[in-house]
Amino acid sequence: MTSLPTIPSDADAAALDRELKGLIADVLGLDPVQAAAFGPESGLFGHLPELDSMAVAGLLTEMEDRLGIVIEDDDVDGAMLETYGGLLAFATAKLGAG
Amino acid sequence: MISTWNLPLGDGGTAEELLVAFDRQRAIRMLVCPAWFDEANKLRRFTLEVMRRLDEAGIDTFLPDLPGCNESLAPLDRQTLEGWRVGMAAAASSFKATHVLAIRAGTLIAPAHLPGWHYAAQSGQKLLRAMIRARTIAAREAGREEKVEALLALGRSEGLLLGGWPLGAGLIRALENAEPVLAEGQHELAQAMLGGPGLWLRAEPDEDASQADALTQIIAESLR
Repeated sequence: MTSLPTIPSDADAAALDRELKGLIADVLGLDPVQAAAFGPESGLFGHLPELDSMAVAGLLTEMEDRLGIVIEDDDVDGAMLETYGGLLAFATAKLGAG
Repeated sequence: MISTWNLPLGDGGTAEELLVAFDRQRAIRMLVCPAWFDEANKLRRFTLEVMRRLDEAGIDTFLPDLPGCNESLAPLDRQTLEGWRVGMAAAASSFKATHVLAIRAGTLIAPAHLPGWHYAAQSGQKLLRAMIRARTIAAREAGREEKVEALLALGRSEGLLLGGWPLGAGLIRALENAEPVLAEGQHELAQAMLGGPGLWLRAEPDEDASQADALTQIIAESLR
């Protein structure tokens, strides 16, 4: 028996986008409306005053809990945290690999 | 409301620690096992707000400091998970507790003989992971490279300073395998049941009246 690779559907992608925005709003105490308006180029680390190193740690831990992924030391870099698009791409890749 | 309690020490002496209590000699006497470390600060106000509401609902509550926590003068780096478990059991018997409300990592030391609630329980491993991660990220910002595995190895043998909290090697080793266990008569109270995000996630301590109302209502109704 061969198993087919899972191709994330548009519905999955939209659900992940919603989940990630909700998670950021929860962790940073942002207005959900502000988080829902994030686009791929919206700045995160270094742009949002709420996102300091403790908050980054909290955000990554919540991502692990809610998305069921494991984030390694080496995964955490500037590109992943700089924009919302970077973070979403990271989460998508992690879920695909898992 | 604010007083002290005497924790029996192994050597026959006692240690005086802070106690916040609403004690009106009522039938239901609830021991509160608070969240730990940074989360303790973030959730302190919320915890007290819940206690005030439980008082209005006719329930006595007791929030004791354990050695090394909150206002305690005992050094944190000498405390152990087993010591805290024994301390909470001693608190339960000293206050004649009938129930327990344990919060986050406080669930790891909730006395198993008391019925009650585990609110947003957290495992020792997750607590440790989040604290070590905060340290590696802060180090990276300061231009130093620290690895989670190397820090854990150091922590297991010598202890570790995490987010300003000096944790002893014994505590770190115990936390790596500590899971909250719901004893008979204890119920899980998930964050989703309170209708908002957990306040321990906030960068600064905060409060939320509607979440405190929701938590109190769940407890008060099930005791009715």
